[in-house]
Amino acid sequence: MTSFPFIVAAWLLLVGLWGVVSSRNLVRTVLSLTVVQSATYLVLLGVGYRTGGKAPIVADIPLGSRLVDPIVQVLVLTDVVIEATVLALLLALVVQAHKRFGSVDPAELRALRN
Amino acid sequence: MSRRFRIGLFALAGPGLTAVLLIGMHGLPAFGHLHAVTGLLIDRIEPHLRHATDIVTALNFDLRAYDTLGEEFILFASVTGVALLLRHLRNEDESRQDVRGIEEHRFGGASPSLRMTGLVLIPMMVALGAYVVLHGALTPGGGFQGGIVLAAGPLAILLAGRYLALRRVAPDWALESLESVGATAYTLIGVGGLIFAGVFMKNFLPLGTPGKLLSAGTMPLNSIAVGLEVTGAFLLTWTEFFDQALLVARR
Amino acid sequence: MSALQTAALIVVAIAGTAVVFTPEVLRQAIMLGIYGMTLTVLFFVFQAPDVALSEIVVSGVGMPLIILAALRKIREQDRRRKHEESEQ
Repeated sequence: MTSFPFIVAAWLLLVGLWGVVSSRNLVRTVLSLTVVQSATYLVLLGVGYRTGGKAPIVADIPLGSRLVDPIVQVLVLTDVVIEATVLALLLALVVQAHKRFGSVDPAELRALRN
Repeated sequence: MSRRFRIGLFALAGPGLTAVLLIGMHGLPAFGHLHAVTGLLIDRIEPHLRHATDIVTALNFDLRAYDTLGEEFILFASVTGVALLLRHLRNEDESRQDVRGIEEHRFGGASPSLRMTGLVLIPMMVALGAYVVLHGALTPGGGFQGGIVLAAGPLAILLAGRYLALRRVAPDWALESLESVGATAYTLIGVGGLIFAGVFMKNFLPLGTPGKLLSAGTMPLNSIAVGLEVTGAFLLTWTEFFDQALLVARR
Repeated sequence: MSALQTAALIVVAIAGTAVVFTPEVLRQAIMLGIYGMTLTVLFFVFQAPDVALSEIVVSGVGMPLIILAALRKIREQDRRRKHEESEQ
């Protein structure tokens, strides 16, 4: 199948989105968001792959050989580290919400619109 | 909104999203047949241009260094947000006690073998992290990866059961300074490119021979700056979360 | 597409589903670490060693620790709230 990685990425997106929508605990929402993010990594790396290509390190292979696309790898590499920190920010918000409202259930957060 | 409402909304929108995704992915070129040209061009010409053997790090810290500046400041901003939220939390409680008043026995169960393992692991992780950061331009590695490995070094003190020792080794002001020094150094190297070579973020140091440690101009310096910042950021995040979770004094 | 890549993709799909459908939050955090490892193998098979290195350190060390610390803090706040309510 020529587009199997993209189908897996779409599956991960939908499964992660289901996890976000149907969670009863805000921490579960944040963890399912991680799965959604990894779907984007998969799409990017799948687009940049060349059949028979090697990793873009030219330390020990001859210069004209077939390599995979390095630009998408740059995007995914910084993205992986930055999203960990953004998720830390989301978890800090969850901790703060728990302190104010007393629960981490998203359905009970509505009580604070006053 | 209640859970049932959310699930109902997802049941309505889900099939539409699936259809759009599948149609969109059908339009992509087949897996393995790349149509983009810029990446292949960079593969071919980059070792001549910048004398770096790791093309991904060369893109990260030199050819697309401006994007990395933006990403680095996203990191900085999120960690500032975490620190702001959790310190506000800390100041609201009155149990912000003097650290000396905390008893150690809360971490009971840290057997001597665990402490010995932690002691052995710390220099290994710091050395590995420094190696990964410095060899960014030569082998897979660079500032982002090496920064987290470096941050895992002092973390072994926590895992060996002595959180208070970690707070003495890595107090708040040291981590904040580390992070700020990293971010500022990266920006100053970019400004150095503006001063010495006329273009912001241009590589202005001599390029050297590919394969040696001091090659590829400003790339090792950028890598070290990002490594410092990522180390400070992750250690600050971990200690902010752990601080009030573990340091509660007995009333 | 080689057999190794197909196998890695199937394992990632199964692990991703397992992360979402794990019952407790604590187990989900551990499962996230395992999912990160399967993603690392996938990135490696896709000829991206830098990305694989980044993913393994983040999902092995970075993320589970932050999640566990947040869970610990939430439990600590619950305990303190119960303590205060029982005092009143």
